[in-house]
Amino acid sequence: MTLDLILFLFLSLIAIASAFGMLLSRNAVYSALFLVLNFVTVAVFYLLLGAPFIAMAQVTVYAGAIMVLFLFVIMLLGADELPKAQVLPWQKPLAIALAVILAVEATFLLVTKARPAGDVLQPETVINSMDNLREMGMSLFSTYLLPFEVTSILLLVAMVGAIVLTKKEKGAQK
Amino acid sequence: MVPINYYIILSAILFTIGVTGVLIRRNALIIFMSIELMLNAANLAMVAFSSVLKSFSGQIFVFFVIAVAAAEVAVGLALIVEIFKSKRSIDVDQMSSLKG
Repeated sequence: MTLDLILFLFLSLIAIASAFGMLLSRNAVYSALFLVLNFVTVAVFYLLLGAPFIAMAQVTVYAGAIMVLFLFVIMLLGADELPKAQVLPWQKPLAIALAVILAVEATFLLVTKARPAGDVLQPETVINSMDNLREMGMSLFSTYLLPFEVTSILLLVAMVGAIVLTKKEKGAQK
Repeated sequence: MVPINYYIILSAILFTIGVTGVLIRRNALIIFMSIELMLNAANLAMVAFSSVLKSFSGQIFVFFVIAVAAAEVAVGLALIVEIFKSKRSIDVDQMSSLKG
């Protein structure tokens, strides 16, 4: 067992445990905090895979902005705990059985059919983070220029949509 | 040196936990968080592939996915706040106004 593999196993243990914590905790605030831990762990995976820019974007956008938005909404609504009301008693066992089947199937198909051959980057071949940033910037503004611009329009639409949805209409009753 | 298969298996497990969250939880916010977890699992697989193929395209896709997720969360949380204002609950079982 190399150090790399030990690190991977340790981190994946944290990632899976925090995902289960998100799934199982009754309080929505705890769920959000477990999800932040999961996102930070995935960011460390990105660093291990030689993607420092994506790792930083993950921490700032996901763990920072998106989860703060979630926590704001949870605390604003005060709806952190729901009463236990099981409408369909057979739904939970069926969902878990189907999910296990999905996991096995997806793993099997991805591992046997749809994967690139080879191992991931060795830690000896260090990625210079400025090189990574430069390469990504170059391809974002040349090959992927159109998707980049479309993304800016998408963000604008989302911003306008969120404002229109939450603002009070003029003349509406109080 | 970690085989790519390990990353794929981890990604599949995280994705499945997200699917299970969407299926068994009733709280709309937790369902939303599970969707974020699924997006993250797919991102992890894409970055692993880009690392093996020594190509930046996977990382660029992940960049776009993060941008789309941010937009989706902004609109989705605004919708949840609106639903809470009218129904006083974010239990998805309560959202059955369209049912005849």
